[in-house]
Amino acid sequence: MSTGQTSADQFEQLAMPLFDSLYNFAHWLTCNREEAEELVQETYLKALKGFSGFQQGTNFRAWIFRILRNTFLTSRSGLKAMQTVSFDVADEETAAAAVNEETPESILLGRASQEAIQAALEQLPVIFREVVLLCDVEDMSYDEISQTIGIPVGTVMSRLHRARRSLRQLLQEKVHGAAND
Amino acid sequence: MTEDTWRSKVERYIDAELSPQEMRAMSEHLRDCASCASDALQQLQLKRAIKIVGQCYAPAPEFRRGTHDQMRPQTRSTWFWKPAFALATVVVILAAVWFTYSSKRGRSQQLLTELVDIHVADLAASTPVEVASSDRHTVKPWFQGKVPFTFDLPELANSPFILVGGRLAYLNHEPGTQLIYNIRSHHISVFIFRDTPELASSFASKDARTDVLKFYFESWSAHGLRYFVLGDANPTDIQQLAGLLKQAGNS
Repeated sequence: MSTGQTSADQFEQLAMPLFDSLYNFAHWLTCNREEAEELVQETYLKALKGFSGFQQGTNFRAWIFRILRNTFLTSRSGLKAMQTVSFDVADEETAAAAVNEETPESILLGRASQEAIQAALEQLPVIFREVVLLCDVEDMSYDEISQTIGIPVGTVMSRLHRARRSLRQLLQEKVHGAAND
Repeated sequence: MTEDTWRSKVERYIDAELSPQEMRAMSEHLRDCASCASDALQQLQLKRAIKIVGQCYAPAPEFRRGTHDQMRPQTRSTWFWKPAFALATVVVILAAVWFTYSSKRGRSQQLLTELVDIHVADLAASTPVEVASSDRHTVKPWFQGKVPFTFDLPELANSPFILVGGRLAYLNHEPGTQLIYNIRSHHISVFIFRDTPELASSFASKDARTDVLKFYFESWSAHGLRYFVLGDANPTDIQQLAGLLKQAGNS
């Protein structure tokens, strides 16, 4: 077996188990099936091509998620998504310290359907949506998220806090809106 | 520890991001503090709800198979591939085989192979460029904020070359530019990256020229940038375009 085949096999062993997770994440970023498929396909091609540069023993999951995210950011929809949040990002550090006084989740989640939670997640700006998904769906540690997104751990924490706070507010609005209908 | 301090740690406790000692201390605190326990429970419920809802998108089985096949082109069927992509793959495999058995295999050749891969694969793609324009004043600004350097493009009014457009390229995970030029139906890629120590040592001579599988390369370094010009046009055309770029870079 040639070195190339070994490397391709190794890549396949590491990358294919992450296929569902990468596709799910891509769909949440793009909000579109076709774009998600293109994004995943391009990610796998880029990752395979650059696999020789991957340092063995380091975090492969963070590495390939980072490739997917960078590929999304340089796409047309990614650039558009990032442009829409520039104002929100500016004060994210200060916002993290804000006190939240929302309806308790036990009441909120009891009233909110899965569709409402999905809609609220979709409404989150992409920079907040991605940290919530990486943390709560992919079970990534703050350090892994930091590696994936390329931001300091402190910013991961503040962004995560703000994302969850926004989610609670969005759910609250949906629950109250439904009650008033 | 004050109530506020405990409360500020609840989110990290739910995410299992506290140290083992802090996790134990928080667990004990939650047994005694109804307020923090309620807060932790609420946050945990939200986290669980997101976990369930957040896994709602699954790839189609045929898409999974297609992507899997792309990673194993030599042993799997190619029904999923577009003809142009299949052609590109054959060229890439030939380039890879050629390098595998070459006695002169080195890092510089690996890098050049990567660039050939990018060149061939991108030309076979349905959208070979991300910014399509023959105007250098449109193409150059498109890269602002996308690559960590700036560069100059030559005026082509009195030359046979036509600028087709550009796209982002990655070499050793470093972002760079890929500019595509046309000359008599031939495509030439111009890659520009930051000249890292690895690139500098791989292409030690001031001007590196070579050809692989009829792809002709020219590479040089200027002002901290590493340039690669490659394509299937004749060597004179490659050299002429390289000359124009060098002139623009020094102007």
